[in-house]
Amino acid sequence: MSVAKPLPHDAAARHVDGTARYVDDIPVPAGTLHLCFGTSTVARGRVTAMDLTPVRAAPGVVAVLTAEDLPLPADVSPSAHDEPLLSDGTVHYAGQPLFLVVAESHLQARKAARRAQVSYEEDPPILTVDEALAAGSRFEEGPRVYGRGDVEAALATAPQVAEGEIEIGGQEHFYLEGQAALALPQEGGDMIVHASSQHPTEIQHKVADALGLPMHAVRVEVRRMGGGFGGKESQGNALAVACAVAARATGRPCKMRYDRDDDFIITGKRHPFVIRYRAGHDAEGRLLAVEFRQYAVCGWSQDLSLPVADRAMLHADNAYWLPHVRIESHRLKTNHQSHTAFRGFGGPQGMVGIERVLDHVAHRVGRDPVEVRRLNYYAEAEEGGPSAPLGGDAASPPEDISAKKKAPRDRRVTPYGQVVEDFVLGAMTERLLETSDYAARRARVAEWNAQNDVIKCGLALTPVKFGISFTLTHLNQAGALVHVYQDGSVALNHGGTEMGQGLFQKVAQVAASVFGLPMEAVRITATDTGKVPNTSATAASSGSDLNGMAVRLASEEIAGRMAAFLAERHQVKPEAVRFRDGRVEVGAESYAFAEAARACWMGRVSLSATGYYRTPDISWDRMKGAGRPFYYFAYGAAVSEVAVDTLTGEHRILRADILHDAGASLNPALDRGQIEGGYVQGAGWLTTEELVWDGAGRLRTHAPSTYKIPAASDAPEVFEVDFWQAENRAETIHRSKAVGEPPLMLGISVLMALSDAVAACGPGYPALDAPATPERVLAAIDRVRGG
Amino acid sequence: MRTAFLLNGIPVETETRPTETLLDWLRTHRGLTGTKEGCNEGDCGACTVVVTDRERGARALNACILFLPQLHGKAVRTVEGLGDDGAPHPAQQAMVDHHGSQCGFCTPGFVAAMAAAHAEERSDHADALAGNLCRCTGYAPILRAAKAIETAPRPAWVAGDRAALDTHRSFFLGEISSGGEAAQPPRGADSPPDPACVLPETSDQLATWYAAHPDATLIGGATDVGLWVTKELRDLGPVAFLHRCRDLQEIEVGEREIRIGAAVTLDRVRALMAEYHPSFAELLRRYGSAQVRAAATLGGNIANGSPIGDSPPPLIALGATLHLRHGATRRSLPLEDFFLDYGRQDRAPGEFVEAVSFPRRPDRLRVWKVSKRFDQDISAVCGAFDLAVEDGRIAAARIAFGGMAATPKRARAVETALLGQPLTPEGVAAADAAWTEDFRPISDMRASADYRLNVARNLLQRYALDHAGRATSVLEVRP
Repeated sequence: MSVAKPLPHDAAARHVDGTARYVDDIPVPAGTLHLCFGTSTVARGRVTAMDLTPVRAAPGVVAVLTAEDLPLPADVSPSAHDEPLLSDGTVHYAGQPLFLVVAESHLQARKAARRAQVSYEEDPPILTVDEALAAGSRFEEGPRVYGRGDVEAALATAPQVAEGEIEIGGQEHFYLEGQAALALPQEGGDMIVHASSQHPTEIQHKVADALGLPMHAVRVEVRRMGGGFGGKESQGNALAVACAVAARATGRPCKMRYDRDDDFIITGKRHPFVIRYRAGHDAEGRLLAVEFRQYAVCGWSQDLSLPVADRAMLHADNAYWLPHVRIESHRLKTNHQSHTAFRGFGGPQGMVGIERVLDHVAHRVGRDPVEVRRLNYYAEAEEGGPSAPLGGDAASPPEDISAKKKAPRDRRVTPYGQVVEDFVLGAMTERLLETSDYAARRARVAEWNAQNDVIKCGLALTPVKFGISFTLTHLNQAGALVHVYQDGSVALNHGGTEMGQGLFQKVAQVAASVFGLPMEAVRITATDTGKVPNTSATAASSGSDLNGMAVRLASEEIAGRMAAFLAERHQVKPEAVRFRDGRVEVGAESYAFAEAARACWMGRVSLSATGYYRTPDISWDRMKGAGRPFYYFAYGAAVSEVAVDTLTGEHRILRADILHDAGASLNPALDRGQIEGGYVQGAGWLTTEELVWDGAGRLRTHAPSTYKIPAASDAPEVFEVDFWQAENRAETIHRSKAVGEPPLMLGISVLMALSDAVAACGPGYPALDAPATPERVLAAIDRVRGG
Repeated sequence: MRTAFLLNGIPVETETRPTETLLDWLRTHRGLTGTKEGCNEGDCGACTVVVTDRERGARALNACILFLPQLHGKAVRTVEGLGDDGAPHPAQQAMVDHHGSQCGFCTPGFVAAMAAAHAEERSDHADALAGNLCRCTGYAPILRAAKAIETAPRPAWVAGDRAALDTHRSFFLGEISSGGEAAQPPRGADSPPDPACVLPETSDQLATWYAAHPDATLIGGATDVGLWVTKELRDLGPVAFLHRCRDLQEIEVGEREIRIGAAVTLDRVRALMAEYHPSFAELLRRYGSAQVRAAATLGGNIANGSPIGDSPPPLIALGATLHLRHGATRRSLPLEDFFLDYGRQDRAPGEFVEAVSFPRRPDRLRVWKVSKRFDQDISAVCGAFDLAVEDGRIAAARIAFGGMAATPKRARAVETALLGQPLTPEGVAAADAAWTEDFRPISDMRASADYRLNVARNLLQRYALDHAGRATSVLEVRP
């Protein structure tokens, strides 16, 4: 069995020698043209005049296109049809594409684009939560509200109420490979597009619409991305559509890649949030009622903001049972880039909200926050411990709202009515406290802080409970295509895309296991809309769950046909046919797999099959906020220790200990990579990564010179990662769990450890906003000293 | 213009415009697409290559802001050329073994930076790789890989490239040194002299040429000028590359002063300062990245006049003198007087920075850089302090800041207020009111004005605490 082995990434050898090809590395036909957008320099208003004569006259320019030059209105929105490829004259953010330059070289296109003379009639931009609320600028008619119980009454009778607000900054994806696309016009008007995209089907759909073609005339191929993180779920649409319309207009291949600054300025980011809260609690820190108001800054177009904001609401509980709860979510339309998917998809912001509440309540009652967290955890899983598979009758019906009605005080029921069947964070926390030597370190930190007034240390444990499934239920499906060739080699294809997470290798391990083949016998091929149609984005951590299952089903279909054929030939039962160690055993006979494949081919057995999988048991009413949106939950917990300089606010992560639940891991090496990388990316989001827009709505941090993702020395010096070894109760592929997004939220422990360190400076509560830059930390130190 | 160098061991000649970057040339003209463009400004390291020269051996450089003429007579290794006879470089194998790549896009740059560090026998891996950003792994497996190859044998090309530079001397120099010692800029034998680009070999040649071409741009390491080309998309006009001016690269340690040539790279300044002013060296550890420090020059960092350049504050605190030259005329001035206003320096057209010098004296210098990220970030505030104590009282003070004004600036009012005070946290608080006389900083994306002022004040506290032997840096706390 190749599953569960710590094999390297499928392309590791090609990554290190430079032969792994990304879109910009694909050799292009002679005559390929290069594209660049001319973008708005103001955040809101109307274009009153646009003189493109100097652009057209610039060296190397072949064509300049405006919205009026397009044969069809090209829209690049993934949702609401509200994103014209090129502005129709109205400007919604600084960086919005106004026109498209088509030139002989990338540099010529960039140079030409800057020569436009554009005049605007400017309106004051809407940039803050308060401005958006005042202007009633929002998506959907009003706030969405989920919850249960009577929050007002419970708050009124609660012994104490913690009240506050946290600002949570956005996050630039900073995939190392910027957005890129290449369109190759074909005979008959067809188009082939190579894109750096998590969602080839959507690229196909948007390109087909822009060209007035049926989807069958457009084929999109994605071999790999140089990082995605959600930033290539919808944000690549514009480049692919631009290349396609320019290729149609010129009859020549067209390529577009954003310069890094353009990438920052044009594309959306993780949604900044403001979360206001009121939390009723008792003297021990037990939560009695919690009210959240979540304000999501969505930017100018809808994009994926509604499901992002939904997921923030669905993670407002994180690991905690909230007896009375009300979550009000405002999706604010502002004059920023259109904020979009980013690893966690709103979940992280929702989770920061409740972790902040726990931190605040613990401070008020004077207890170690980890104790207050544990006090409020959901009820631990019963029936046979965490590794026991979910029994048949324990599988809850999709409509768990019935459980909500019957047992409102059941400590296993989420605010949206789903029963948390497999809560293991109690046991995980206990183990992590032990392995991280928490108690002794807590004492050492206290001792250090008593003796040092300049450098203060802080320690925090935070848990993660993350719901796995697309909340748009119909997206939870996947297809695969597997071929066995007569020489015994296997080609596999599926709808998932490879962005570094190791999906291709995991899925290949699944196929190799079915056929009993060594990994080198299995070829993973580029994602291709011509092979597997109607795919979902590779997102929501679902890649392995969905595509692994589809590939297994397709592989098993072929293996079943081979077994039936060989069984008949040898007069044994098909169940007696075994695929292992590169051989096929049929009763007493044993064939090399290649021999068996050839025999099947000669015997006219089809050696090609599709596989199709849809996640069972989920249903969700997003308007009501009720149902079972998630097939299961993934869990994790992290302990972070930090040091803070009280003179400057500078800080550093000293040590991180992580315990993470990846189910029965398909590949522990790749999963460890997701955990370590997710933690550091989450820590970066909450500390060094600050997006700054000026008062005119222009993004001032638009390159790595000014926007600081973690560097090598920002990784914790001591970095311990361990797995919670237990099979998934849900019937996932080899009982593994999704691991793409959940570890990002382990980084929340860093923000809370900083809060702990700052709290050591004085009697007040730090109320630390994110990102906790040195400046914000120093301000928080002033606050706690002020009382 | 013609440039000749070794590319993955093979002599190549190019005829390009002088501001063609190595990265663009590799990818578009040579089809060597292993080297990636991540940011096009020298901040992410995805384009890292290994460049070997005779004097210093192998170093990592950013190809995106490296102009081809800077490579003349050197040897370049890209990710495609790091292995030995088909065997991968130890760094390449270790990155596979330790799962150091995920999306793989930053990987060629990491591998090249690791190969250079390995060739240099470095073991400060987080520093050596501070100029390479990875968004996937969280760095842990990459650092494990770097550690794992410390004792691995060096590939043959590490010595081989250096030796080959001599073997191919005539290839590099044949046409361009026909005038004997006074070399002409490299160009094809048949091409007419190209006035738009020169590579002077001495400061005398530079002085003469620059006086005649005062509108020209001087290029030291191109870590700033590179961005004028790749980001501002400027056409530079006439340019002179300074990296072949040997006499601008000299460091003279005299009895009474230390003099550093303008074209000395910051990695050499760092090595020098480690001996004389360790705090300055520690600042330079965090200045840019290994790739940037190996290219950037001290003269460039001063001459471009940035208010957030990190070397002027400590140099001003050390009492440095700047040496300028125009044609045959030389003049010197206190470094702080060179900076007139934002973007404006006391430098005449055709005049250039020849050297900077500072007096030798006991080390009292402390310089601190405060930024959002420790490594490879631009300072919000950079403060340098040199306080002399006699009889328990501050007898002399030189304090200078970057990030606090439109130029690097001395804190004269604070200095005055400190005189006669004890060097204690309470004593230096006597200067609290003077800060606003010296500085009215701005708010920008790096920090607010209030924060800058607070931190400046607190850094003086840190100096006093440090003087008393108290722990004042989070970098010194061990888990």
